[in-house]
Amino acid sequence: MIKNKELENIKKIKSDWEKNYYMPHVKKHPERRKKFENLSWNEINNLYTPEDVAHIDYIKDIGFPGLYPFLRGIHPNLHRGRLWTFRQFSGFGSAEETNQRYKYLLDHGETGLSVAFDYPTLYGYDTDHAMSRGEFGKCGVAISSLQDMEILFKEIPIDKVTTSMTINGPAAIVWGFYIANAENRGINRRIIGGTIQNDILKEYIAQKSFIFPPEPSMRLIVDTFEFGYKEIPRWNTISISGYHIREAGSTAVQELAFTVGDGIEYVKWAMKRGLKIDDFAPRLSFFFNSHNDFFEEIAKYRAARRIWAKGLKKLGAKKSRSLLMRFHTQTAGVSLTAQQPEINITRVTLQALAAVLGGTQSLHTNSMDEALALPSEKAVRIALRTQQIIAEESGVTSTVDPLGGSYYIEWLTDKMEEETYQYWDRVEKLGGVLPAIEKGFYQREIANAAYKYQKEIEEKKRIVVGVNEYKMDEPVDIPILKMDEKGEERQINRLKKLRKDRNKQKYERTIKALRKAAEDNENLMPYILDCVHSYATLGETCQVLRDVFGEYEEPAIY
Amino acid sequence: MKDIAKKVLSGDSRAIARLITLAENNDPSANDSMKDIHPHTGKAHVIGITGVMGSGKSTLIYELTRLYRKQGKTVGIIAIDPTSPFSGGALLGDRVRMMELTMDEGVFIRSMGTRGMLGGLASAVYDVVEILDASGKDVVIVETVGVGQAEVDIIKIADTTLVIIVPGLGDSIQTLKAGVMEIADIYVVNKADRAGVEQTVAEVESLVDITCSEKERKTPILSTIAKHGEGVKELIIEIENHEKYLKKTKEFETKRRLRYEAELIEIIRKRLMNFIFDEEQFKDKVELLIDQISKKQIDPHSAAEEILSKILK
Amino acid sequence: MEKKIRVLVAKPGLDGHDRGAKIVARALRDAGMEVIYTGLHQTAEMVVETAIQEDVDVVGLSLLSGAHMTLFVDVARLIKKKGLDDVLIIGGGIIPEEDISKLHKEGIAGVFGPGTPCEDIIKFIKENVKR
Repeated sequence: MIKNKELENIKKIKSDWEKNYYMPHVKKHPERRKKFENLSWNEINNLYTPEDVAHIDYIKDIGFPGLYPFLRGIHPNLHRGRLWTFRQFSGFGSAEETNQRYKYLLDHGETGLSVAFDYPTLYGYDTDHAMSRGEFGKCGVAISSLQDMEILFKEIPIDKVTTSMTINGPAAIVWGFYIANAENRGINRRIIGGTIQNDILKEYIAQKSFIFPPEPSMRLIVDTFEFGYKEIPRWNTISISGYHIREAGSTAVQELAFTVGDGIEYVKWAMKRGLKIDDFAPRLSFFFNSHNDFFEEIAKYRAARRIWAKGLKKLGAKKSRSLLMRFHTQTAGVSLTAQQPEINITRVTLQALAAVLGGTQSLHTNSMDEALALPSEKAVRIALRTQQIIAEESGVTSTVDPLGGSYYIEWLTDKMEEETYQYWDRVEKLGGVLPAIEKGFYQREIANAAYKYQKEIEEKKRIVVGVNEYKMDEPVDIPILKMDEKGEERQINRLKKLRKDRNKQKYERTIKALRKAAEDNENLMPYILDCVHSYATLGETCQVLRDVFGEYEEPAIY
Repeated sequence: MKDIAKKVLSGDSRAIARLITLAENNDPSANDSMKDIHPHTGKAHVIGITGVMGSGKSTLIYELTRLYRKQGKTVGIIAIDPTSPFSGGALLGDRVRMMELTMDEGVFIRSMGTRGMLGGLASAVYDVVEILDASGKDVVIVETVGVGQAEVDIIKIADTTLVIIVPGLGDSIQTLKAGVMEIADIYVVNKADRAGVEQTVAEVESLVDITCSEKERKTPILSTIAKHGEGVKELIIEIENHEKYLKKTKEFETKRRLRYEAELIEIIRKRLMNFIFDEEQFKDKVELLIDQISKKQIDPHSAAEEILSKILK
Repeated sequence: MEKKIRVLVAKPGLDGHDRGAKIVARALRDAGMEVIYTGLHQTAEMVVETAIQEDVDVVGLSLLSGAHMTLFVDVARLIKKKGLDDVLIIGGGIIPEEDISKLHKEGIAGVFGPGTPCEDIIKFIKENVKR
């Protein structure tokens, strides 16, 4: 970035400065810590100068927004044009209650929907299954059939609003509910937009909501890729997620390395099937966490874009759209404290700001009360307002990638990229992504980082305001969301009625056809859609696949 | 007979579990019960399973047990994990792989820490085998992490010892070469769907050729893919064959003698240690002697003689 | 006598968030306890049967999905029904204040929320273990 002669000069002056100014000063006024580290335990220097970025070629390595390698952003004008989508992850209780919450959020300026499903739904069980006991609507909305999906989006313009759905194991089926609902409402499926998370690798690695073993799971995912670009072209058929890896306790570098590595793995599987990379790659999207270390997070997003662009190019992608990494961000749930919950607003603000400065396409801001319970309406509204303040008042959206060129940020971006490749080498040595999962490599790395972090908090090597320092003994005054106690019963009755009233022959025919297609090698999406249209429930459809594919058991790592 | 012993003999889970705890804790109240149940032991076939971490032992035990259950046999499982020498604590994680067996009344699983024993066996494992045996289990499986000494120790307790090897883990073969290879009654090459399985089998074969050249029975080598249950049926047949062979050749009696010898030594060792280090009359004396050794007032051998003379008189 | 505190760390229900359970398991080990981990997706029956076979002193339940009022209570009642009077039951997760007293009444002696230092859990176990 800089001429040799000038660099020599800077080096010289810097070493003088260190000797004559910095060291004497530190001697008199000692630093608060011996060593400053970020959340990946990378040591951070006292100062960054052109020396630290001298190896960087601006045009080749940094470049311009909208151009390869997309370090500075995926659009030429980024948030000067369209703001990111304000997309609050939300869902609880019955479809009726969540439908009301969505309307509330849209009324207050939310621009996209994001569905949280409850555990039975995530595991492909109907609400009346034995394993669903106690879980109805607890950490998301319960959706057991097309009928529930109809209620969930009643009076919501799904031809205009895009919807993201956090669903993985049974993603294909729940996506089927959404498509079928649009079709039944007379909306052309080619115009609906949204995202299914559909990222099974991070389930094995961190989130643990898996159903089937890896091979059939990957097959189902490639089925959705293929069906998606052919039939539902505005849909993101996957959201490759680091969020949960981070929440499980990984470092920022691990989140970056494991997530983008997973992305490459999906591309390879789809190509192995014979799909053309430029057909499906433009519909792959990502989902990252935004944690406490402000600059580290920003560097992470920037590095991710460049690693992805390089990786896809290497795999043969030609279209610009295939190379750009679009991503959603959510602030770190795990960083929220149950103590003095109001101060979480400040944490969320900083984390959201990092995501915006990192060039996110979509953002969820956590509510202050999430370490205590499901968020109340007021808490959600404040979280949404936080995004609006950043967008409208802070001025950070006026220019693209405002931190680009910062010696520190560029140095850190490079370092994180380098460490990502180191992780990839280790995974390669273990035989690739799936063998590494089977050997518990990721799980162990994450568990070790989580334990180390917790110990540092307990030893006060890291300060968490309100938890191990600045503590207060005051009763927590947060209104707790009350759910409709009749919701579960209502839904179970609805399910019973549905099973009785639907066209039995049609149901049996479509289920049988799905079983046969699953045993063969056909793309399952059309068959799943037929089942959905015949009002087969989530549990019934999933059971067919459970029978054919078996269920996954995780290696014991802790 | 004590109530708890009676209940153990009737197969009562809580009594079995509690007596194991008492034995593990070296609680004197376990001794009478252990005496009471002994006449009812000796029927179970004891299988020792050892192999390095990640060789799939727990999964193999899970599949073996499922098959035994199908044959109507009851199974006791002892899963031993190392105790941390620093904290004295242990993470006992082998059970995770076997949770599906939990609700089966014909299966009893117990996790144990090694609790400071050198080698890989827990000191109370002899008692635990007797307890499970007396409770009527047809098969008792003892699982240990194979690290050197444990592999040797396991033959002191098992009628049939399985050594698990995995392709690609070159070091496991190295361990075998290092002199512990004679312990196996059956070699199991698990994860046989991995690359390099032929080579691994060949390597084990050549080792068997060397060590068994003079023996009547050549140690069999089996390939399994435990996670798919493949090869497990054959393994059970091989275990049965070994049991028949033992009984035919009187080697069975030799094996059992070996176990009782080890058990006897262990009981004496424990009781002696308790006596010396816990009993009031000795505790202070021992502390005093250690002080004196530190101050070079006495040497350790003379100190030991002084303590032993008090006991042996 | 070489008594050691044995703890069962269990994840009942469908919740897959195991960061907390694993951290607590390691911390208890480092405090000298023997920790048995069940893995994910356990029913109340499986948790209690495991507690019996392993003869644990403590059953620690971890759940972040909010289903604690059903699943913790299922385990606690079954423990009571089986007569395991000397087992200490504790639980952790996202648990609102008003649920805590209800859980205490059901026999879950210690309830720990986010941000609890492992040290507190260790101390609670050592002080309240029943045998």
